[in-house]
Amino acid sequence: MYNFEFEKPSTVADAVAALAGDEAQALGGGQTLIPTMKQRLASPSKLVSLSGITEMQGVQREGASLTIGGAVSHADVAAQATDYPALAEMAGHIGDPAVRNRGTIGGSLANNDPSADYPAAALASAATVVTNAREIAADDYFQGMFDTALEDGEIITGVKFLVPQAANYQKFVQPASRFALVGVFVAKHADGVRVAVTGASEEGVFRWSEAEAALDADFSADAIAGLTLDPSGMIGDLHGTKEYRAHLVGVMTKRAVAAAD
Amino acid sequence: MAKVSMTVNGKAASADVEGRTLLVSFLREELGLTGVHVGCDTSQCGACVVHVDGKAVKSCTMLALEAEGSEVATIEGQAAEDGSLNTIQAAFQEHHGLQCGFCTPGMVMSAAALLKDNPKPSEQEIRTYLEGNLCRCTGYHNIVKSIMAASGQDVSALAAE
Repeated sequence: MYNFEFEKPSTVADAVAALAGDEAQALGGGQTLIPTMKQRLASPSKLVSLSGITEMQGVQREGASLTIGGAVSHADVAAQATDYPALAEMAGHIGDPAVRNRGTIGGSLANNDPSADYPAAALASAATVVTNAREIAADDYFQGMFDTALEDGEIITGVKFLVPQAANYQKFVQPASRFALVGVFVAKHADGVRVAVTGASEEGVFRWSEAEAALDADFSADAIAGLTLDPSGMIGDLHGTKEYRAHLVGVMTKRAVAAAD
Repeated sequence: MAKVSMTVNGKAASADVEGRTLLVSFLREELGLTGVHVGCDTSQCGACVVHVDGKAVKSCTMLALEAEGSEVATIEGQAAEDGSLNTIQAAFQEHHGLQCGFCTPGMVMSAAALLKDNPKPSEQEIRTYLEGNLCRCTGYHNIVKSIMAASGQDVSALAAE
């Protein structure tokens, strides 16, 4: 890992100012960024830690939405997001316990790994990504593998989830990395069902609209039994072919619908 | 270089470190706490697990400067002053929860974190909690047994060694 300057501001405003320089990079929990820097795949000249900013902590329920601070760890979401059990359950199965104590929701969403869990939860929950500058709807936020609507130096200060009537996340774990080989988050909202898929597509997280339409008409696993997903845009690698992943999306969606509560 | 200060195993510790200095490097190279092991250096194996403010973390994937002002606990602080082993360490010895011993510091620290939150874990809960701690010798069975025993539970029902 190349050396860098380190700053740990205590307010969002100071963090934004610290990130203004060239090649400065925000540091959430570092569970992806530090390994990436060790491999010299990233070499920022400055890291700005977000872990000392109290206004980015906390989990709060406001009406139908649950707002989680951008610097909240996966372990804290698992323990504190009790108003949204499917989300808490999902957060409690990211990585391993030590990784969950450091990794943060804001870091995960800013990175937008194509196999990360949070992008599926955010997209299925019609979440709003709140930054220092604006609010971005999840449908506009995810722009492809490792790509988001964030501008350089923009910080995710919080994420506002719409708590659904029923929801569930099913992950088929790649056993070595514990990332999702395929993960499907199903959320039944008052105005419709949303099905978000991670791990499967070369474009990163996506909504499976055919399944959503079928589940709008009949929220049961049987309703999607006849649906198949085109494997052409799926990820194919040594862990699974495109066809295998496309098939798994259907299986995981059915399991999520059956388990949703 | 920047100065970092923290409390490690109850004692104040500080040093000048680079931005890139990892917590594990600070513990091993500045403080000589070489019981904190570097196995994979990629946050997979858990040999470097220590507690920071009471929570298990992989010290190879945390910057030393991020631990400024924190309470850090390592394997070196687990035994009593006179060297007598704590409950978890004694159970690992009693139930042969180690072979080569390389993963053991991380296993003991993860076990301590688990038992703090869940004093009577089931066998499955222990196995799930140890997902981020790899052992290449024991097959895990005696590690799980040791942690069950350390929690005061009967281990005679677990499968034979």
